[in-house]
Amino acid sequence: MSDALCFGGGVKTQLIAVVVMWQWLKQLYHRLGSPKWFYEITTGWIPWLAVLSVIGTVVGLVLGLLYAPADYLQGNSFRIIYIHVPAAILAQSAFMMMAVAGAVYLIWRMKMAAWVAKVIAPIGASFCLIALLTGAIWGKPTWGTWWVWDARLTSMLLLLFLYFGVMALQQAMESEDSSYRAGAILSLVGLVNIPIIKYSVEWWNTLHQPATLKLTEKPSMHPDMLIPLLIMIVTTYVFFALLVILRTRNEILWHERKRSWVKQILES
Amino acid sequence: MEFNSVSEFLAMGHHGLYVWLSYGLTAVIIALNVAQPLLRRRRLLKEQAQRLRREKKHAPQA
Repeated sequence: MSDALCFGGGVKTQLIAVVVMWQWLKQLYHRLGSPKWFYEITTGWIPWLAVLSVIGTVVGLVLGLLYAPADYLQGNSFRIIYIHVPAAILAQSAFMMMAVAGAVYLIWRMKMAAWVAKVIAPIGASFCLIALLTGAIWGKPTWGTWWVWDARLTSMLLLLFLYFGVMALQQAMESEDSSYRAGAILSLVGLVNIPIIKYSVEWWNTLHQPATLKLTEKPSMHPDMLIPLLIMIVTTYVFFALLVILRTRNEILWHERKRSWVKQILES
Repeated sequence: MEFNSVSEFLAMGHHGLYVWLSYGLTAVIIALNVAQPLLRRRRLLKEQAQRLRREKKHAPQA
């Protein structure tokens, strides 16, 4: 037995813990793989996610638009940050989630994973588009131009095209299976772009400013500006979850339309 | 509160156009993203319920 397994508690208890966790993961995997289970459990989540999204947006935007002080350099145009940054963060997270779902489909052939990857693509692309549009509009008063081919902007535009490519592949082929697999492969290859986006502001001399928020450092922003931003980021994730659930449920209804449990829903 | 009047709020210190254009475009994209799954669900349920009724009529024993 290796030393790593031995510190703290006996080997036996650790082994039991590993087995329990493994069983739990297996159970979770089987549940997540079941369209019926997903459909039923998310029915009750939708109103909560919707209410949280609305409340978060209202609170975040009231604080951000009305109460946050104007930026000493950029004036009020900085208020675009409250949609630009959350959208840009989510566009990248969504791409990673789409790639993970794609990998799960490639490895284990879980249908649910393919459907989740498929529904994430247009949502992620939407947030990427929001980040690019608001960035361009913000750039005009700040840099005096709508667009420059700097590393951050270019890699973000590439992310949008990668989303479009994945979406095209997901419905490109005769068989759904090969389309999903092609989409999954492109999304895995496209993952290379994610660290490029993140570090573009450090590796190259960009017009785009470096990251405002860093997980490892104390934020440089005033709390009155920062809190609404954090609220908007969290809310964007909640809203994203809502959109993914709504679309996945539609995929489930469509693909399982001949199953008896869907027929019961249709008849009611 | 950072603004003293509604007009001052809307003007955003000469940046009103940029701020409201950003928020407006975002609102449109978000609204489309909400409407799409809701409309698709309604159409899906309607079409599949129709199909089910049709199939029952043609094969009553099934």
